[in-house]
Amino acid sequence: MTKTKHRVWKYGDKVNTDVIFPGKYTYTISGDPAALARHALEDLDPAFASNVGIGDVIVAGRNWGNGSSREQAVTCLLAAGVHAVIAASFARIYYRNAINSGLLVIECPQIVEAVATGDEIEIDLAATQLYASGRSYGFPQLPGQVLEILDAGGIIPWLRANALADKQ
Amino acid sequence: MSSITGPSGEAQSEAHWAPMTLTEKLLARASKRESVKPGEIVVVEPDVVLSHDNSAAIWEIFQQLPHGKIRRPDRLAITLDHAAPPPTAKHAQNHAQIRQLVREQGISKFYEIGRGICHQVLCEEGVIGPGFTLLGADSHSPHCGWLGAFGAGIGRSEVAALWATGELWLRVPETMRIVLTGRLKPGVTTKDLTIHMIGQLSSDGATYLAVEFAGDGISNLSPDARAVLTNMMAEMGAKNACMAPDAITWDWLESSLARSRPQDADERLATFRESALYPDADAACAVEHHVELSAIEPMVSCPHTVDNVQPLSSVAHTRVDVGFIGTCTNGRLEDIASAADIVRGKRLRRRLLVIPASSMVLRDAIEAGHIAALLDAGATIGTPGCGPCMGNHMGVLAPGEVCISSANRNFRGRMGQRDAEIYLANPAVVAASCVAGYLAHPADLAGGEQA
Repeated sequence: MTKTKHRVWKYGDKVNTDVIFPGKYTYTISGDPAALARHALEDLDPAFASNVGIGDVIVAGRNWGNGSSREQAVTCLLAAGVHAVIAASFARIYYRNAINSGLLVIECPQIVEAVATGDEIEIDLAATQLYASGRSYGFPQLPGQVLEILDAGGIIPWLRANALADKQ
Repeated sequence: MSSITGPSGEAQSEAHWAPMTLTEKLLARASKRESVKPGEIVVVEPDVVLSHDNSAAIWEIFQQLPHGKIRRPDRLAITLDHAAPPPTAKHAQNHAQIRQLVREQGISKFYEIGRGICHQVLCEEGVIGPGFTLLGADSHSPHCGWLGAFGAGIGRSEVAALWATGELWLRVPETMRIVLTGRLKPGVTTKDLTIHMIGQLSSDGATYLAVEFAGDGISNLSPDARAVLTNMMAEMGAKNACMAPDAITWDWLESSLARSRPQDADERLATFRESALYPDADAACAVEHHVELSAIEPMVSCPHTVDNVQPLSSVAHTRVDVGFIGTCTNGRLEDIASAADIVRGKRLRRRLLVIPASSMVLRDAIEAGHIAALLDAGATIGTPGCGPCMGNHMGVLAPGEVCISSANRNFRGRMGQRDAEIYLANPAVVAASCVAGYLAHPADLAGGEQA
């Protein structure tokens, strides 16, 4: 697999789900990608939603996604075109939600201090390496089943494919 | 002592596995295994799958699957609590879709608007109890651990997958044991204890971990106070939080079941006595903390994170505009009683919104005279449910307002307005602050606040 190039949006530690996708929308916006994208990071960075580009990545510090279990905190980023979130660490439910919705999540504490908003980074998933400003940063290999779910685009497409395969 | 029996029924020799924590025993039961150890991936069949106002969105996801029917509708529990009664036509339509789903799929554990908050209602109704396992589309799902159950939060897609298959994989977590000794001082609650611990260990202090409360200090804590402990561990990143059932747990279960399901209360209690699990005394844990309860002071989470913690004394006299007492964290009878005791005979200088966690709590609070005391002081009473906790329902904040709240989160925008500030404290501090007009401990009011 080749490397992919991405523009960085950089945020700090402990970014919670309320500032990623406000709770006040949680029972009125769920499946509409345009509406989801419009409110992405609304209470963290008002400039994000109108300036994010397809394939951009978020690089953040510790405990990205702490707080609510709302899945829109993941799907609003996918709808906005975000390719991956790279963080020093993730909150537990956010990490599961990301994989289950097909959003690539990479734990790599070393790269966090090395990049800023607007920087370019490269991801080599197969080699489990990130590249920024001429340096490389390794990250742990994701378990096989997790990669399978990510490749399928999330747990629902993965489960659908498996259920249909079982029927045949 | 290890009292697990194998799937075939015969007692297993204890030499086969290491002593287990309560969480390990709960996950062994849920995965039909003799034993589990941290790091293992197990497939569990939860006894309870919780969802609420998000059930229509989950149904939409479920329909992308070829399964058609929910595999175990008897295991689903759905409450309408997060925006109840519906504040807009769109919320009302969401509720209507959920009622249709409940009818079509034959879901019997359905709790209508006004019954209360999922975590409280499922405990009161005996849906969850000792030894049981719950997975919920709600981040405060660890709550039920105060009954000796396993509860963990998951996302909507995973709940849809659970509806389809009835099972889900989980990694067996390492355990953080928190040993409590002694007794809390008057005016200090388990809310202060959890805020203190989150301040010390940070919002990711227990990420991926099971938190297990132990020690003889637990026997000095009421059921209402215990539920705060397991509920708030969500704010420390825990996967689940639990404690072993004791005589106080069983008494609470017996009286709650007699009220909520008189038709089969004895049978249900017998089921729980059979399913109850207890940790092995010599079980290993990854990390252990000791807390002497009498050393805890009133604590406050300051804007805009739960782990931005100060002793109340160092932020006292901060201006407040409005108070909120309620939520799955601190909306129970003991919480409302402590607020009523403070405002009785006084006039509030600030608005105070009180939302009981359940209809049972509201009824008890009326009978005990707490609601009358709160109303006489000028408080507002809301329908049992989550209220403005996550900015969905009545009681949201205006720009620039400062709220003192008994809830669990104070993130920017949480109560519907990014330019508002939220402080978290115990319910007595919320009430005292609404009497004073600024952050105050009940003891600060002595004598001088008969406005």
